[in-house]
Amino acid sequence: MAATLRRFNGFRLLKSTPALSLQQAKNLSTASSWANGNKKLIGAVGAVTGGVGTLLFALEQSVQASGTEVHPPAQPWTHKGLFSSLDHQSIRRGYEVYKQVCSACHSLQYIAYRNLIGVSHTEAEAKAEAEQIMVKDGPDDTGNFFDRPGKLSDYFPSPYPNEEAARAANNGAYPPDLSYISSARHGGEDYIFALLTGYHDAPAGVVLREGQYFNPYFAGGAISMAQVLYNEVIEYEDGTPPTQSQLAKDVATFLKWTSEPEHDDRKRLLIKVIGILGFLTAISYYIKRHKWSALKSRKIVFVPKEK
Amino acid sequence: MKVIYNTLFKRTSAYAVAIMASAFFFERAIDVSSNTIYDTINKGKLWKDIKGKYE
Repeated sequence: MAATLRRFNGFRLLKSTPALSLQQAKNLSTASSWANGNKKLIGAVGAVTGGVGTLLFALEQSVQASGTEVHPPAQPWTHKGLFSSLDHQSIRRGYEVYKQVCSACHSLQYIAYRNLIGVSHTEAEAKAEAEQIMVKDGPDDTGNFFDRPGKLSDYFPSPYPNEEAARAANNGAYPPDLSYISSARHGGEDYIFALLTGYHDAPAGVVLREGQYFNPYFAGGAISMAQVLYNEVIEYEDGTPPTQSQLAKDVATFLKWTSEPEHDDRKRLLIKVIGILGFLTAISYYIKRHKWSALKSRKIVFVPKEK
Repeated sequence: MKVIYNTLFKRTSAYAVAIMASAFFFERAIDVSSNTIYDTINKGKLWKDIKGKYE
């Protein structure tokens, strides 16, 4: 050990120095023996890292300050807290909204009916939901494709067979897949809520082409999706009053879940991680004090030789 | 301290067993207590709180 220390640090750590200066950290630093070029290199790397970070931050800020859309206000979501789970009753209502309103144009191709089990539906309910759709399957024994009722393992059906068909049916605009939409848009669920409730008449001077509507939260303001959520456009099975903002809030929560199905587990895990890391930090602190106690409390005393 | 040292830490075999046993109980304690904290904070929002209505 001592030989290794000597090879790397010379005698700096091995020679005995007065007890007071032993505790000074600069004597333990290896930087004093670096060559001048090394110091300059490290300094340059530090400066470049800091500069790039500042530049990225500034660019991000400047992008937010310009642009043609209004940024969505932050809503008081019940899942916003560090340890707050999604509201599963709201996810269930949001699924109703998606199924009865959004699914007319938007696909949700990465979510399967089995994903609903234990989140918003029981297994029997999810099976019943899946059986309402028809899925093309095959080939059977005679080589023909056939339609069958959906199973739990089936993914949500898409309203159009492909993007071209979707564009042709929607005036050239492509209704995006909603599976990850909450993660894919700036503002996430705030954006979805603001967009769905933010339709109003175009202000003077804004020219909309046919089939376009004005929405200040959409980049450019001209959106090809008409307003779809109105008060009481659908009816909730649990009796919640279906106001426009309630519908928008529930579908935004549902789409937050489809984007981040691991959301609840992640926050549950955070509590465990804090507990374990807190314990490990306490142990590390104790062991550090324990190992250093001999070094910090030693005294070197000069005792003159008696003649 | 001496009792702990002599019974648990002195022999490697006892030490290894002590580590494995305490790891088990530590994991259970952390797991159960964090789940309780999480379920208490989010009472009423979780699936297990509402699933009674649909079964």
